[in-house]
Amino acid sequence: MNQKLTLPPDGLERLFEVLKERGFTVVGPTVREGAIVYDRLASPADLPRGITDEQDGGVYRLKPRADGALFGYVVGPQSWKRFLDPPVKRLWRAERDGADFKIVPEEPDQETFAFLGVRSCEIHAMAIQDRVFTGGEHKDPGYEARRRSAFIIAVQCTVAGGTCFCVSMNTGPRSESGFDIALTEIVDAERHLFVVEAGSPRGREILAALDTRPAEADEMAEAEKRIAKAAAQMGRTLDTEGVHDLLMQNPEHPRWGEVAGRCLSCANCTMVCPTCFCSTVEDVTDISGDHAERWQKQDSCFTMDFSYLHGGSVRASTRSRYRQWLTHKLATWIDQFGESGCTGCGRCITWCPVAIDLTEEVAAIRANPPAGAESIKKGKP
Amino acid sequence: MARKRKPKLAVWKFASCDGCQLSLLDCEDELLAIAGAVEIAYFPEATRTRLKGPYDLSLVEGSITTPEDAARIHHIRRASKTLVTIGACATSGGIQALRNFRDVKDFVSIVYAEPSYIDTLEQSTPIAEHVAVDFELRGCPINKAQLVEVIAAFLAGRRPNTPEHSTCIECKRRGTVCVMVAAGTPCLGPVTHAGCGGLCPAYGRGCYGCFGPMEAPNTQAMSGAWKALGASEDEVMRVFRSYNAWSAPFRAESEAHEKEE
Ligand code: SF4
Ligand code: SF4
Ligand code: SF4
Ligand code: SF4
Repeated sequence: MNQKLTLPPDGLERLFEVLKERGFTVVGPTVREGAIVYDRLASPADLPRGITDEQDGGVYRLKPRADGALFGYVVGPQSWKRFLDPPVKRLWRAERDGADFKIVPEEPDQETFAFLGVRSCEIHAMAIQDRVFTGGEHKDPGYEARRRSAFIIAVQCTVAGGTCFCVSMNTGPRSESGFDIALTEIVDAERHLFVVEAGSPRGREILAALDTRPAEADEMAEAEKRIAKAAAQMGRTLDTEGVHDLLMQNPEHPRWGEVAGRCLSCANCTMVCPTCFCSTVEDVTDISGDHAERWQKQDSCFTMDFSYLHGGSVRASTRSRYRQWLTHKLATWIDQFGESGCTGCGRCITWCPVAIDLTEEVAAIRANPPAGAESIKKGKP
Repeated sequence: MARKRKPKLAVWKFASCDGCQLSLLDCEDELLAIAGAVEIAYFPEATRTRLKGPYDLSLVEGSITTPEDAARIHHIRRASKTLVTIGACATSGGIQALRNFRDVKDFVSIVYAEPSYIDTLEQSTPIAEHVAVDFELRGCPINKAQLVEVIAAFLAGRRPNTPEHSTCIECKRRGTVCVMVAAGTPCLGPVTHAGCGGLCPAYGRGCYGCFGPMEAPNTQAMSGAWKALGASEDEVMRVFRSYNAWSAPFRAESEAHEKEE
């Protein structure tokens, strides 16, 4: 096992310096527009200090915390996919060249990121997206380059949010791997420090440049206690037992129609989900007709264009779109990638303007699984 | 690009504020390119040139509110190979369609000193209720980048990129924190057609629905969410009854919240 060390909070200043010296752009949590978002940070002063978040279906509010904790909240509306797989990007340009045209490839971006404050569910989300973007035959080179160079500083959750359910999904709250460095924050009347551990040779090298000391036994015990407290605080639970078959056997469950009555088909759930990966491409030409560009944009299975084949959308009803989303996330994702597409981060619940909650939807289908198989035979759309 | 003849562009005005056609003049960076790519055959706001039709591309602003205009739009349609409506007036009847919910004679008698001078139709209606329309560009006003996109797409013979999904997708791509969830500010974005780029939420305001209904608007669930955030029946009725009041989904929703008088 890795040796655990202790870092005072001003050790974060040095961490920022060391990362910058090595050419990293530090990205981490900061307060903007009433929420904790991920953005480029200049120094630890940009971190949310003494702030927590209250989350429930369709509701997110920042609240002060009595202590000066720097990581005393959970995940916000954004995820690291914003940096690893930017929501809007140009893929290439084309220039007219006499009667022909030439393709101008997009320059790969030079920025290498150090992600500070990555939660366990988010490390799992990155691993899920790795399988999507780099696991198969068709890799996304941009994603692969950004992901491979990114330095991951995990923060172990010591509070859980009102919509968190990582314990159900077996993805948290403790990060066991997938990080370069992991921090556990301890803050009380007497002390404010981080218990730190390295998870990679790169992480060990960075830690060696910081002013640490070996962690005391009581500090390590306190860190564990705080993570265990978060695990006991889950705002939601999802019974995953047989959930694949439960959803696949109930395509005609009346609950799909019921949720469609409430669902706005607005796509917020998919936009905030850290594992949703869909995109669309737009080809644009300018007025002169001498320049063309291809853009890739984050897309969602809740739009009509998403399933548009010639003549119309295959999933024309909100019922079929919501069902597609939930069954992909929790069932067909397993067929496709060998694991669930949900990490239990709770974002889709919090950021749904009408508080639709996938844990409730699954529970409702489970509570009353009617004659799904019969209606499959009837082949209703 | 070598073309035999530059396509002829005409810009027509019906009942409207001029804001949408002025968006074309506001396209500073692209205006010269547009003037180079098309022949501006009719655009009274910009030039005294008046070339005869037929026109390759007609941009139509404004709604139909008078008997003359109801006849004029047919002439324009006959003279136009491609007819594109620009803005909420031309596409859904505009703010002036508020009169459609009342008896127009009552307004005329209150507003004008000589009501007998006023010759107007009962309703303000979108262009598509009168003639076939090839493409409708949304917005009150339209987004000038989208107007350039529509013209560029016309010139290239391709479909314009003007997605019909919710405004929420634009907020999320832009990185705006949702005002509805994080501040409890009611917002029409979930039922509103994209196009503005999520402008109001980026400034901490709820969406006003300037681009009209999105492709699959669940206005009933939207009203429920507004009321849960404290909006009254009257406020819900009014928010659906603005620039796109006469679009079918918004109209039905405002009527559902209208008290009998
Ligand atoms: S879901 Fe778990 S790991 Fe993710 S923020 Fe909540 S407590 Fe932390
Ligand atoms: S489905 Fe919801 S809870 Fe699961 S990973 Fe996506 S946003 Fe998080
Ligand atoms: S579940 Fe919620 S966030 Fe997702 S599309 Fe429906 S209303 Fe929007
Ligand atoms: S602010 Fe409005 S438009 Fe933007 S995501 Fe929230 S509900 Fe949708």
